Order: sequence, then C-alpha cells, then structure tokens
Amino acid sequence: MGTVTFIESDGTPHDADLVDGESLMEIALGNAVPGIDGDCGGQADCGSCHVIVDDEWISTTGSRTDEENQMLQMSPECEPNSRLACQMRAGAALDGLRLRLPEFQM
Amino acid sequence: MTTASALERAKTKAQTIVQSTVPVDRQVKAAHLALKTRQFVSKSKPLVFVERPIPDVEDVPLNEIDVSNPFLYRQGKWRSYFERLREEAPVHYLADSPFGPFWSLTRYEDIRAVDTDAERFSAEPYIIMGPPPLLIEMFIAMDPPKHDAQRKSVQGAVAPRNLKEMESLIRERVADVLDNLPTDKPFDWVERVSMEITGRMLATLFDFPIDQHRKLSEWGDAISSNAEGTGGDTHQDTFYQAAGEMARAFVAHWHDKAARREQGEETGFDLMTLMQTSEDTKDLINRPLEFLGNLTLLIVGGNDTTRNSMSGGVLAMHQNPDQFAKLKADPSLIPNMVSETIRWQTPLAYMRRVAKQDVHLGGQFIRKGDQVVMWYASGNRDERQFENPDAYIIDRPNARNHMSFGFGVHRCMGNRLAEMQLRILWEELLTRFDKIDVVGEPEYVQSNFVRGYSKLLVQLTPKSAD
Repeated sequence: MGTVTFIESDGTPHDADLVDGESLMEIALGNAVPGIDGDCGGQADCGSCHVIVDDEWISTTGSRTDEENQMLQMSPECEPNSRLACQMRAGAALDGLRLRLPEFQM
Repeated sequence: MTTASALERAKTKAQTIVQSTVPVDRQVKAAHLALKTRQFVSKSKPLVFVERPIPDVEDVPLNEIDVSNPFLYRQGKWRSYFERLREEAPVHYLADSPFGPFWSLTRYEDIRAVDTDAERFSAEPYIIMGPPPLLIEMFIAMDPPKHDAQRKSVQGAVAPRNLKEMESLIRERVADVLDNLPTDKPFDWVERVSMEITGRMLATLFDFPIDQHRKLSEWGDAISSNAEGTGGDTHQDTFYQAAGEMARAFVAHWHDKAARREQGEETGFDLMTLMQTSEDTKDLINRPLEFLGNLTLLIVGGNDTTRNSMSGGVLAMHQNPDQFAKLKADPSLIPNMVSETIRWQTPLAYMRRVAKQDVHLGGQFIRKGDQVVMWYASGNRDERQFENPDAYIIDRPNARNHMSFGFGVHRCMGNRLAEMQLRILWEELLTRFDKIDVVGEPEYVQSNFVRGYSKLLVQLTPKSAD
C-alpha cells in the first residue's frame, strides 16, 4: 500500500512498507529503523518515538494532539511539526510520507 | 475574594518574602526546630522502624497485607507479597500503616493508567509514602503546568545532546575506577564501583569539586532514607543536618560559579551553568527552597538509582551465569541487557499519587484525597506484561517496556544518562574481566522506596592475556 521514509538526523533515509492499521512507530521498529525507541509500547506515554513531519505532509497527517504534546514539549528538539509516531496510523493516504528523526530520543 | 483565599494569598506572599531573604540553611534549621517543638508539644516521637521477621504472605489476611514494610525487600518477601496482590487484589486498600491508609496498584496496566493521568492523580505535595521532614519544592512533586516550566529549565543538562559531549569523560572516569580495583582479593562492589562512579558522575553534572563527590552521595542517602518518608534508617536530626550542609555548600558553589563566569571562565555543560544562564532559573538562588528542591531531586535521582542498578546487574549476572556467557559472546546485547537490568532491579519501588477526585479503578472506589501508590517493582514483574517475569533474560524482546522510569510527564529525566553510565560500565567490564563473582550474601538497604544494596562482596578474575 505504499512506503514511508524515515530520515535520520544525519540525512540517512530508511524506506519502510506501510502496513494498514499499524502505527508508524511499529512500522519503524519492524524495519529496524535506528533512532526510534518506542519504550512505552505505543501509548504516547514516553515520548521516545518522536518524528518531525515535512511541511507539505502535515495537513495530511494532522498536527500533534494535546496528549502527544505533553511528552513532546519536554524535548529540546521539539518543532511545530513534531509528532509521536505511535499515534500515527498507516493508511494509503500516507504513501510517500517523509518523516525526519530528531538527533536523540528523550 | 473570600477570607480564606485572602489569607492563603497573604501566607504565600509572606513565604515568598521569607524564602528570598532568609539564608537557606537557616530555613532548614528553623524547620527542624519547628518540628521538634511540635513533637514536644504533642508528645509524638520520630518514627523508628525495628526489623522483625515478616510472615509468609499466605498467613496474612488479604486486607492486612502491608507492602510499605521497609524490610520487605531485604527479607526477600516482596515477590510473593506482590504476586498475591496482583492476583487477588490488584487495586488493594490498606486501612492502617505507619504511613497512614493507602491504595496499592500492582499490575502494569493499572500503574500505567494512573501514572499518565495527571488530571485525576496529583504528584503533590510529595511522591514517597510519608511526608518528608522538610517539604522542599521539587518538580517531581508538582503537577502541570508548574511542573513543565521547572523541568524544562534543567532538562538540558541531562538531555542526550549534552550526554554525547560527556561520554568520553565518563568513560575515562569509569576506566580509572576499574583499573584500580583489586583482583587478588574480594572487595565491596557498592563502595568501590557503584558509589564511586555515580558519585563522580554527579560531581561532573554539577561541576562540584570532584574530590568531594562522596559528600554528594552522603547527602543524597541521608535525604532519601528518612524514616518518615520511606521507612529508612535516617533519623530526623541526621536528615536536617545533611539538608543544611548541602544547602550551604551549594549556595557557596553557585556564587563561586557565577564569579568564575564573570571573570570570563569558559562556560561548561554543567547544570549550574545551565541554571545560571537560563531565563527561568537565573534568579533561582533567590528562591532558596526551590533551589534546594531542584538540587535535591537531581542528587537523589542520580544517586542510588544508577548505583543500585550497577550493583544489581553484577548480582543478576552472578545468579545467571548463562546470561553472562551470552553477553560475553555478543557484547552488542549490552543496551538491551541494560534495560533488562533496570527492569529486574527496579531501583525505586514506587511513586505516590493523590486522587484529585473520586475515581473508579479496577472495581474499587478511590475517594478524592486518598493516597495511591504505584508499585513499579510489581508492574515490572507482572506476568500479564512480561513472560516469565522473574527471570533475568538479557535479550528479552520487550525489556525496554519496563516501568522503572515511570510513564507520562514525570518520566525519569535522567533515563538516558543512567542507561549511558550502565552501558559504559559493562563495555569497560567486558574488556577487562573474565569473571565477576559475588562472594557472600549481599546486604540490603532498609527502605520501602529504594531497592538497593549496602554491601556486595565481589572477586574479580582478569581476562587472561592471549
């Protein structure tokens, strides 16, 4: 159903196949994308699957929720388009999505 | 405005003025005197805990199970006690304990639900079971939004970006500690390794004189082991003495740092510099109780937590030689082994919350104002979350999902620093030693909060030169 590209902070891209219904955090872990930890298992409780959505994609993915913001705002690398990948569901609409990773996960 | 709220505001204003004009160590002393007077008037005594054998859990009625007993860990009863609670009463009420009535949460999912619900469960005014002798302001015991602002101002010091700068310095110091260990006779691992490394780390973080790093550990220990708060063995008088000494030393250190910076000394990545150069905290010295609170939090938070995971890892490896062999054969397992060690040890047993409203949880009715204890030590052994939870398995797939750091806004700020210290320790250990044998029974700390070791005798065998 398409691919998503995770881009490490040094520019290294990692393509992963989108799997319908899975979260983007799960997809990243399933494809061994370095730089995504997912410590809490996908409940927006730890902030360790921080990604930054490209400007052109943010209207499609939507901005972060208040719940995500609670964890994200504590990161010094938080940007306006920062989100938690565990709260983003894969779907056909996300084919071609590009996500930048912060240098560090908190 | 009601009279009550006018009074409250006047009180806050008065406190603010006192806070900013009276030296902090004098305030600590005054609080000590006030407490002694109250105790004299009410004829109450400071809490002292005397160790007695704890009965087997099956001999105790369910509603009398008391997991606040500070000897539960030392006597090895904690596993069976929590297992029974998880099974029979996962949301458990104890009507009477030395720390008052409290609810215990023992299942992973219930703990997670409450930990991430700052709306309904408050971390104020303290996160240990009983009131600490001195209520100092620290953001671990504050709710949003005040919590968020305070945490942000110090978070940078332990943020991963800063840690990268520190990694080589930490490695040098770890190597120095390990290179000076005896290999011809047993020695106390707690004293020589765990305390030494974490103490030096704390001194580095604060840019505190490195030759006085033991002081930091001593103060941290005295504060976190107070009897009233955690069932520990620190008498109130010792607590106040440590708090006063620490306050004096850090006020002096603050001014010294400020003066050195003014004279053009290059600024470092330490916490003091960070506080003095950040807009929110540059005047922190004028809010002494808050200043003391933030320091205490970082010193206690970075003191016996990592220390006990450093000791715990050695004990776990000794008890599970197959796991040590696995690690030696594949050192790339170290990061996962570090997570598994932090899960297995769970150096802090719990955090406490207070219900801000009536809440239904797990079929129980928790009333507004009730204290609720989230037992991470039990959640980390919950068979619903972790397969074969009592086993130490360094390549456990979901080891990272442990709850030792907590979840939600109060999630441990120093988690990456802790992981890094442990990772470096094990990397350096593997290059030097073939065997790390625990000889003799470990000695355990008296506390319902800190799960740790006061003594761990170890005999090292160096790697054979080949």
